[in-house]
Amino acid sequence: MDDLRELYQATILGHNKKPRNFRVIEHASHEADGHNPLCGDQLTLYAQIGPDGTLDDVSFQGTGCAISRASASLMTDHVMGKSLEEIEADFDRFHELVTSSPSEEARTDGLGKLAVFAGVREYPMRVKCATLAWHALRAALEGVATAKTE
Amino acid sequence: MTLDVEKIRKDFPILGKEMRGRPLAYLDSGASAQKPQAVIDAMSDFYSSGYANIHRGVYQLSADATLAYEAVRGKVARFIGARDEREIVFLRNATEAINLVARTWGEANVGEGDEIVLTWMEHHANIVPWQMLAERKGATIRVAEIDDDGVLDVDHLTSLLGPRTKLLAFTHVSNALGTINPAAALVALARERGITTLIDGAQAVPHQPVDVDALGADFYVFSGHKVFGPSGAGVLHGRFAQLDAMPPFLGGGDMIEVVSFDGTTFAPVPQKFEAGTPDIASVIGFGAAIDYLEGIGMEAIAAWEHELLGYATERLETVPGLRIIGRAKEKAAVLSFVLEDAHPHDIGTCLDGDGVAIRAGHHCAQPLMNRMGVPATARASLAFYNTREDIDQLVDALRKTAELFA
Repeated sequence: MDDLRELYQATILGHNKKPRNFRVIEHASHEADGHNPLCGDQLTLYAQIGPDGTLDDVSFQGTGCAISRASASLMTDHVMGKSLEEIEADFDRFHELVTSSPSEEARTDGLGKLAVFAGVREYPMRVKCATLAWHALRAALEGVATAKTE
Repeated sequence: MTLDVEKIRKDFPILGKEMRGRPLAYLDSGASAQKPQAVIDAMSDFYSSGYANIHRGVYQLSADATLAYEAVRGKVARFIGARDEREIVFLRNATEAINLVARTWGEANVGEGDEIVLTWMEHHANIVPWQMLAERKGATIRVAEIDDDGVLDVDHLTSLLGPRTKLLAFTHVSNALGTINPAAALVALARERGITTLIDGAQAVPHQPVDVDALGADFYVFSGHKVFGPSGAGVLHGRFAQLDAMPPFLGGGDMIEVVSFDGTTFAPVPQKFEAGTPDIASVIGFGAAIDYLEGIGMEAIAAWEHELLGYATERLETVPGLRIIGRAKEKAAVLSFVLEDAHPHDIGTCLDGDGVAIRAGHHCAQPLMNRMGVPATARASLAFYNTREDIDQLVDALRKTAELFA
């Protein structure tokens, strides 16, 4: 089980226990549900876009495993205040990180604390957990009501 | 009759495998069971020296393959107590069998305003085909309650059986909770009222003796891959009169008598429901699985699993923050549980790190999960090849998991 420390790093366990931005934004300009039919994880993502087109506020609620909760929590911190283009680029980078081959060196440029999810590469079954919040955020920003990871 | 588990384990090559540096503790037989060498050999031998298509060739190889395939039909009939081997239809799995009944018997017998009664503990395979039928026909699905221990409320179920009820379909053993339903009594309630019955036996046949004749249901379905046979061979048992009256399912070769462009007449039961080349080798392998199980004895299997269930329940309850979901007195060796601080999905990954294979999720029973008030559970489902050591390995790994997430 010691290998699991690579996956369940202290940062992930901490954000799972006390997720950041775990709240509802009343009358959010954008929101979407994220749903992983395989394991039943379900979250709602709220986003408030300001007049300058950047993310004024972002939050989430719902139930899920430690990976999906911590990922949602760290994501909200990471994308707060960013433009939609920056967020899209972040998602691409994050997706590449968690789906890249474990034999290659993890590319974490620009991902900040999100680098802790490099351990997910060893667990392909858990990639959907790590990306659920990102899919929901993208769906919210594109005006789609529900995002599924399948 | 007692069971020599150490000897049995040697019959299952995969159980000798290491997983992440630990002996594999395979506790997911409810999803699919492992295969004894006898099954693997039977399939390999059949492909090496006995393979040809069935019901077609006039040459020796095809005749022998046909005989071998049909012999399994007789074996299955004896194994589950069917009166007549023509009552055994080979399909891919239990899901396909339920869909067949919904598409044929259901199309012919369920109409607008009719009702189909199910229970809260059904697998999606015994919900969705009926919902699809109800939608096509304008019929209604009614659902019998269960209590917080996961025990069926038979009084409530009885109250749902009315003049418009056309079908009662229920699981023999719950895949997610392990609850054993009083199947014969439920069938009797329905038959008194002239209601057709279907039993989903997917989780019963691998673990206890089943006598379909004594149960008396119109239809009984199960999957060979959960009965230690290969995937691709499943069974629909139907009472002969029912099967005979039903329209065919898929059209094609093997299910016909005479075909012309003016019209086609269909083969008799069971060939009427077995269109096209079936999964011949899987049926052969399934036959070997039944031989193997009969060599051990289903009574002995049920007794050992019951003993393991008692041990596992006791041991799991020593894990801090663990709650068992499903506490029926009549219960098969299925242990669904949640941990206070760890999500089932994380439990699954952590246990895997210690070589323990369990299932985490909704177990294809989302309504049941909602009823029990949990989004998902972790589930250890046992088979006769499991040991107390497997349970100990599970419990040790769970303690570590609870610590990691504390």
